[in-house]
Amino acid sequence: MTTVAVRVPTALRCFSDGRAVVHVEMEAAAPTVAAVLDALAGPCPGVVDRVLDEQGELRRHVSVFVGLDNARDLGGLATPVADAAELSILPAVSGGATPR
Amino acid sequence: MLDGVVVAVGTVKGAFLIGREGISGPLFQGDRVPSFAIDTRRDPPRMLAGTVSDHWGPVIRTSDDSGRTWTDPEERPIRFPADTDTALAQIWQLQPAGPVDPDAVYAGVEPAALFRSDDRGDSWSFVRGIWDHPHRQQWMPGGGGLGLHTILVDPRDPRRLHIAISAGGVYRTEDAGDTWEARNQGIRAAGMPEPFPECGQCVHKIARDAADPDRLYAQNHGGLYRSDDGADTWVDVANGVPSDFGFPIVADPHAGGIAYVIPLESAEYRCTPEGRCRVYRTTDAGASWAPMAGGLPQEHAHLTVLRDAFCSDGSDPAGLYFGTRTGQVYGSPDRGEKWDLLAEHLPPVLCVRAAALR
Repeated sequence: MTTVAVRVPTALRCFSDGRAVVHVEMEAAAPTVAAVLDALAGPCPGVVDRVLDEQGELRRHVSVFVGLDNARDLGGLATPVADAAELSILPAVSGGATPR
Repeated sequence: MLDGVVVAVGTVKGAFLIGREGISGPLFQGDRVPSFAIDTRRDPPRMLAGTVSDHWGPVIRTSDDSGRTWTDPEERPIRFPADTDTALAQIWQLQPAGPVDPDAVYAGVEPAALFRSDDRGDSWSFVRGIWDHPHRQQWMPGGGGLGLHTILVDPRDPRRLHIAISAGGVYRTEDAGDTWEARNQGIRAAGMPEPFPECGQCVHKIARDAADPDRLYAQNHGGLYRSDDGADTWVDVANGVPSDFGFPIVADPHAGGIAYVIPLESAEYRCTPEGRCRVYRTTDAGASWAPMAGGLPQEHAHLTVLRDAFCSDGSDPAGLYFGTRTGQVYGSPDRGEKWDLLAEHLPPVLCVRAAALR
């Protein structure tokens, strides 16, 4: 059993009953980021629907950190997450610029 | 003015509502709001907004209490099917379908595709016919993206629709969206080697005449056109306008032969010509156009009005409203004869919609 603490950004806490941290438990020993988000979709579907698009891709201006490492610099959604790790969802500073 | 009328203004940083009591907002603070609809076919009226967070993506929200409270659905209801391998970028247009189907609403989106709701916008289905059209591979994005930005429902037959895509052109269906035919004959294509191709025209907006449903008007990326045969053929009607470039075109909601445009100087400059802000009106279906400038700035006014930032409120006579990329909103109670400044210093305006809520 693996337990991961997912940190939810302020803007999405309307979809996590106001919780800043949601703990998810999974059977797999070393789940991927995708598996953690899939598990998070149970209690918090609205959070995951704003982190991933409808094809399951991480949105361009959303960052997911495993511990202190940006998953984009590792294996993306395939990055393994260790038991008791912390996964942080953050709005990337590249967003908000209104390109058009 | 604004007696009983609400004007919804979508900007790059949220939406604002303007009424007799003043301005409220921003709603959806920080989000782009490129599409808005005020559906008055049922009581209470429903507002729909297509919002885009640069971080968290696009979503459609609805309000049944005049914009005081809004839905924010956990699962975003407009989503591309898995087999398209495509994700929704933006909702360009929210269009109530007409009086025959009072619960039906269409959404035109980017990448260019069409969705339909039969429950006033709560749930949506993908209209696959236009997505599967063989022309889709030839469409190219305009400066704003590859958007399906206009949907016109024929008042005589709800199965008959016209849509406009930038840059794909005008398409028509007779069977509620199963099959579509390009309808661009006579419209010149900018930026293409062939002047009159079957598709690929960068049509900026189309509108349907109030009296004759087979009469349509088109503001193209260069070119102002009219069709008298349901878009089978188009003729150039840029007669007396200072430029045939512009984004919006609005048909009067009650008077046949009357339409309004806001010409912009050249595809390169895209501001009101000569530093003068003028709405041009035709009362003879495009045979001639006359400037309407009462109350509008006539010196150093280099304004841009985007394709959905000009509308009527459906009243008779028509109230007209437009918003600019520099944050002004103007309104006219009398078909454009005179204009009042309703707001200024707003973020850049993407869309304006108005309705009489009596």
